[in-house]
Amino acid sequence: MASSETTLPPPLTATPVPEIVAHEVVREPEGWRSWVTTTDHKKIGIMYLVLTFVFFLLGGVEALLIRLQLAQADNTLLTPQTYNELFTMHGTTMVFLFVVPIMAGFGNYLVPLMIGARDMAFPKLNALSFWLLAAGGIVFYGSIFFSPPECGWTCYSPLSSSEYLPSGGVDAWIFLIHLTGLSSLVGAVNFYATIANMRAPGMGWGRLPLFCWTILTYAVLLILALPVIAAAVTLLLTDRHFGTHFYDASSGGSPLLWQHLFWFFGHPEVYIMVLPGFGIISEVLPVFARKPIFGYKAIAAATVVIAFLGLLVWAHHMFSTPSPTIVLVFFMMSSFLIAVPTGVKMFNWIATLWRGTIEFTVALLFAVGFLFTFLIGGITGIFLAVFPVDWQLTDTYFVVAHLHYVLVGGAVLAIFSGIYFWFPKITGRMLSESVGKVSFWLILIGFHTTFFIQHAIGLDGMPRRVYEYPDVGNLELYNQISTVGSFILALGVGVTVVNVLRSLKKGAIAGPDPWKGNTLEWFTPSPPPVNNFDTVPRIRSVEPMKDIRREVARQSEQAEQPRPSPEPVA
Amino acid sequence: MNRLPPALRPNRLSSPRRRLALAAVAVGVLSLLLTATASADFFTPESGGSPNADKIDTLYKLLLGVAAVVFVGVEGALFYCLWKFKARKGAVAAQIHGNTRLEIGWTVGAALILVVLAGFTFAALPGIRTPPNTGPNGFQSADGVLTAGVSKRLPPNGKSLNIDVNGQQYVWRYTYPDGDTNTLNNVFAYEELVVPVDTAVTLDIRAQDVAHSWWIPKLGGKFDALPGYTNATWFKIPAKLAGQTFTGQCAELCGRGHANMTARVKAVTAQEFEAFLIAQKKDTEAGDKAAASAREKLEKTLKTEQVPTP
Repeated sequence: MASSETTLPPPLTATPVPEIVAHEVVREPEGWRSWVTTTDHKKIGIMYLVLTFVFFLLGGVEALLIRLQLAQADNTLLTPQTYNELFTMHGTTMVFLFVVPIMAGFGNYLVPLMIGARDMAFPKLNALSFWLLAAGGIVFYGSIFFSPPECGWTCYSPLSSSEYLPSGGVDAWIFLIHLTGLSSLVGAVNFYATIANMRAPGMGWGRLPLFCWTILTYAVLLILALPVIAAAVTLLLTDRHFGTHFYDASSGGSPLLWQHLFWFFGHPEVYIMVLPGFGIISEVLPVFARKPIFGYKAIAAATVVIAFLGLLVWAHHMFSTPSPTIVLVFFMMSSFLIAVPTGVKMFNWIATLWRGTIEFTVALLFAVGFLFTFLIGGITGIFLAVFPVDWQLTDTYFVVAHLHYVLVGGAVLAIFSGIYFWFPKITGRMLSESVGKVSFWLILIGFHTTFFIQHAIGLDGMPRRVYEYPDVGNLELYNQISTVGSFILALGVGVTVVNVLRSLKKGAIAGPDPWKGNTLEWFTPSPPPVNNFDTVPRIRSVEPMKDIRREVARQSEQAEQPRPSPEPVA
Repeated sequence: MNRLPPALRPNRLSSPRRRLALAAVAVGVLSLLLTATASADFFTPESGGSPNADKIDTLYKLLLGVAAVVFVGVEGALFYCLWKFKARKGAVAAQIHGNTRLEIGWTVGAALILVVLAGFTFAALPGIRTPPNTGPNGFQSADGVLTAGVSKRLPPNGKSLNIDVNGQQYVWRYTYPDGDTNTLNNVFAYEELVVPVDTAVTLDIRAQDVAHSWWIPKLGGKFDALPGYTNATWFKIPAKLAGQTFTGQCAELCGRGHANMTARVKAVTAQEFEAFLIAQKKDTEAGDKAAASAREKLEKTLKTEQVPTP
């Protein structure tokens, strides 16, 4: 140690000499080029949000076509091939091109702002992650001009083998998994590095906003789960084209291997999709209840525990496969366990509302809609975790209902809450609250009309992924109710799209902090400048903006009062 | 609900309040529906054809009861908060950061509920997993034809009518046992499975091409048919249901014809079942003979018409 002192550079007493010689001043690119070449986390975040929302609308159109086909028993609107292609595109789009990457979009835009950083840790990698996603989407949607995959978003082997689906659709799907997977992986490393290293002074782990906690957990889960699916689809690719037999039972391979690998990724993927949604809810509720989040530590801890347990429940998707009873029991119990931290979060959110002063903004309505809806998805999840009961429910419309309650309730409603909450920050303008309320009620009513009845459809014995069904019992009536609901839901989404497009130009000017937010992004002007913060404030609590407002109020109070002492006021 | 004087109720809040009240009513109706129709079919799985299906149904109803309580409790708390703690003039939010005791309490509470549910499941499991013995009205010569697998569960007396169910795009093939290991001369059928009532019927479920899933809702849960694996389930149709047909269909996406891969299970008396086996055997033999003679004829015509090639 003593020797290191001797190797120190000479003391910085001399005036520093500038060493940068500029030959020319590169002008900032303008127009579309400013978007294509950007490494600014905010621009990349906006591109993420816009692109993924476009995919959301595409996936929505596919869903409407599916519902149209099912509006009538024995309908002949779509051929079985088209129908299978549609639900494959719908599922794949919503999971890989909408919910997972839109969370990265929110994360990209908000994490540096929330932790008081000026950009992500690796801005160029960040741009790479976005363009990989775009490439994945283009490759996958390119297949609609040839032959889209028709094996469902789970692409179970042997149906996905070249023997049964020789066309290139499955290969496009594999390519999509690789590209979007790489995109998410690069993004995840970036989020981790950013949150771990670039927090504002004073922001210890106990003062990290809950949204950032969930993005951190999202990143870790992606890093753990994605290599598995990457390997699984690579094996599928070599099975299809290079003569291997990993999933081919007739040559000693195992179709069950695909299911294990797929769901080892697939279940963490569910939490990858919903945890950032939980984060959004944890940010929105305290702001509009005007109350601190109830049990910050418990919510942060529950996030981490859910992620850990989420890695141990994958085979509950496989209860009807030939598996030993002990395996079924293990996965039932682990699935039960994961309900505990999820329940804890639910209770904490409700307790956050307790004795608050709740302002019913659209963002809050969507957050409350999330609480109402996600609870139902959680409860039906318990039914599905009980494996003998799952034997009756799995692969039916009951599961379709459950997963939509979880993913629409858990992710999409949270995303809409986030859109209404952060749109003023991103654009500098407010979304119309009254139009937003119309959108909210249409989405909520449409959603429950579409999916609640699907529990009954499944219980009546209708499997999922069937392009037609016989006119027995009430099946046709139930399906019609569901189809009507889906169009109400679509209308609600359309109203928000109109709201966004109109408010971009005509919305009221938001100002830096229209909601009296708690977290640091509201410290910046709306939209924030390229460098985000000129000075990064010191963080003293989970709600730095409250501290700052209090400080400002205190100072202005002092300024107004006649000075009792000759002390100068800062 | 409206005890506050109108002056204290700011106008701009009256409409969300009305909506909330409506929503609260909706939740009330929903939960009532949940409990009131718990016995109706709307909210419960199909059952009635076999003890395992009935036991799954019972287990499901127990879960539904607990779920209804949780649902009403939690949604009730949520809507109460929304109604009670709306922003009002002069109201100040309580700055509470948490309550460790309360939080530990509801963590333990949630865990306890799940322990109870696990208890229900383990209590019901043996009756769902293990078939009962064949009854007095059942098919009695159903012995000596057992192909006991490793995980296969047999009735206590070890005797069952074991049928091989083979999924293929897009039909189910059933092979009946005949006492020997050669399955090429066994009675077989497609799509409709004829079985005797009051008999423990065990199924070996396999797949020939892609993955399928065997499911007759009224006869119990679904079991995947995977190439390279043998799955197993069972059913025992009560004697009084002789003559009934139970329908179901493949429950795992197996290709473009997936929706049309249906299955029927027809319950008949033991006597009718024996007659069915005999008739089926005769038909098969007659068919084989007709095919053989047709083949002979064809070969003859081919020989006479055959032009020697240079």
